[in-house]
Amino acid sequence: MATVIVVTSGKGGVGKTTTSASFATGLAQRGYRTVVIDFDVGLRNLDLIMGCERRVVYDFVNVINSEANLNQALIRDKRVDNLYILPASQTRDKEALTKEGVEKILNELKQSFDYVVCDSPAGIERGALMALYFADEALVVTNPEVSSVRDSDRILGILASRSRRAEQGDPPVKEHLVLARYAPDRAHRGDMLTVEDVLEILGIPLLGVIPESPAVLQSSNAGVPVILEDGSDAGAAYGDLVERFLGKDLPHRFTMSQKKGFLKRLFGGS
Amino acid sequence: MEPGQGRLSHEHVPRRGLACRITLKTSVQPEVFHAVMLLRSPHLASEDPLPFELKGSLFTLTVLHLFKPDRTAIERYLAEKIKQAPSFFNNTPVVIDLEGMAEPRDGVDFKGLYDLLRGHGMIPVGIRNGSPKQQASARLAGLPVLPESRAASAAKKPERAEPTPARSRLVNHPVRSGQQIYAPDGDLIVLGAVSAGAEVIADGNVHIYGVLRGRALAGVKGDLETRIFCQSLEAELISIAGHYRISEQLEPTDRGKAVQVRLVEDRLIIEQLTR
Repeated sequence: MATVIVVTSGKGGVGKTTTSASFATGLAQRGYRTVVIDFDVGLRNLDLIMGCERRVVYDFVNVINSEANLNQALIRDKRVDNLYILPASQTRDKEALTKEGVEKILNELKQSFDYVVCDSPAGIERGALMALYFADEALVVTNPEVSSVRDSDRILGILASRSRRAEQGDPPVKEHLVLARYAPDRAHRGDMLTVEDVLEILGIPLLGVIPESPAVLQSSNAGVPVILEDGSDAGAAYGDLVERFLGKDLPHRFTMSQKKGFLKRLFGGS
Repeated sequence: MEPGQGRLSHEHVPRRGLACRITLKTSVQPEVFHAVMLLRSPHLASEDPLPFELKGSLFTLTVLHLFKPDRTAIERYLAEKIKQAPSFFNNTPVVIDLEGMAEPRDGVDFKGLYDLLRGHGMIPVGIRNGSPKQQASARLAGLPVLPESRAASAAKKPERAEPTPARSRLVNHPVRSGQQIYAPDGDLIVLGAVSAGAEVIADGNVHIYGVLRGRALAGVKGDLETRIFCQSLEAELISIAGHYRISEQLEPTDRGKAVQVRLVEDRLIIEQLTR
């Protein structure tokens, strides 16, 4: 049975779509059949980041409305085997997402995939709620900045109270923190929150720290998930993140001066 | 003749309302005025004694607490009681109380009960409690429904409050931004942190075994004795019974400390907890 993972944050512009694209690509690279769904109906972006915008024929809403079947709407990635994209509709709005429709599609995808990655829109409205409702696990993307952290806190509250797992009393959605756009030297100078600050406020396990990197912008514009950019620090960080998600115990890179303090925290230092 | 006094003779006084006022002014018969206020009777004769006067009074009455409207059982028990104290039941007015009925929905034959009690020397004067249906049938049988006595209802309250002690609400997960948790009637215990933008509210005390970054409100129904406890005070707002302080008004020395907050003469007092 497939695992449904939502990539969410509350706040916009923190790196949800970048994370969704690289995370899904990373899982597929490691041999798992993976599909990534763009829930940002009306503000379609994932196809651009994945570089498949010129191959979109049918979209998520078409499938919900039974105007197309899943096989017609799924776009197969040309670079990585086992990776598929289900794009959002650009001409509709979030009201097109119905709980029944989303459930039907997720159930169908779960038959043939190992991982279903849901790229959530920003906010806490219908689109975001639909993206997280059926999730088994969640990647909460946060920037080292107070408003982003607070919005992530809000999303964690919603995951704990309004997801299907919460409503049905099942084990809670498993939460992972992704700290993106992290600049260790600036955090050290006090311009940004440190890894420790963010962990203390949110209190969930850290899955990965993605350094602030020009490679992210470059690869986005080129339509290549940054994880495929060999030699880039952000790409390497996403690679580590995927490995950790799959159960490998890797030390956190790219936290530099914070590293020691952080490890102390992780391994029970007082 | 002096004005306002002379033209009406005292013989006219009894028949007219206006005349009464004049009598009062001349203060001849103040007790007549008293009667006017009481009954507004047109037959106010200073010479005639009043036919009646209405006043409230309290009586001690025997209350018959009915448990089962079983005629034969009542009759048997009644005979037994009368044998013990025959004079006590002689022309004793009784009130029938229905609150203790084993089957509160049972119909009661009030006419039969009335006759039975009268036959044994008691005079039923009314009923108390009972369902609306029972009360209606009592009225049909000529028995008025008496209001519940104040002493009885006052005595009942603490008795009912005791068996259900105020329950605490326990929250064993962090309270996130945007969440609001309320513990009605009792205490609120939070095992995790309360994030900025979250609200924890209780009618009783608020205990937080984590960092308090959001808002904590204790005694929201006005209980001045309630307190707030937290392991680390970084609150946006703390309030007890409506007396509040915002983050800006907290002492920097209390920030991040384990504290209790209580109310002393309308002032919020923050005390660090010593370990």
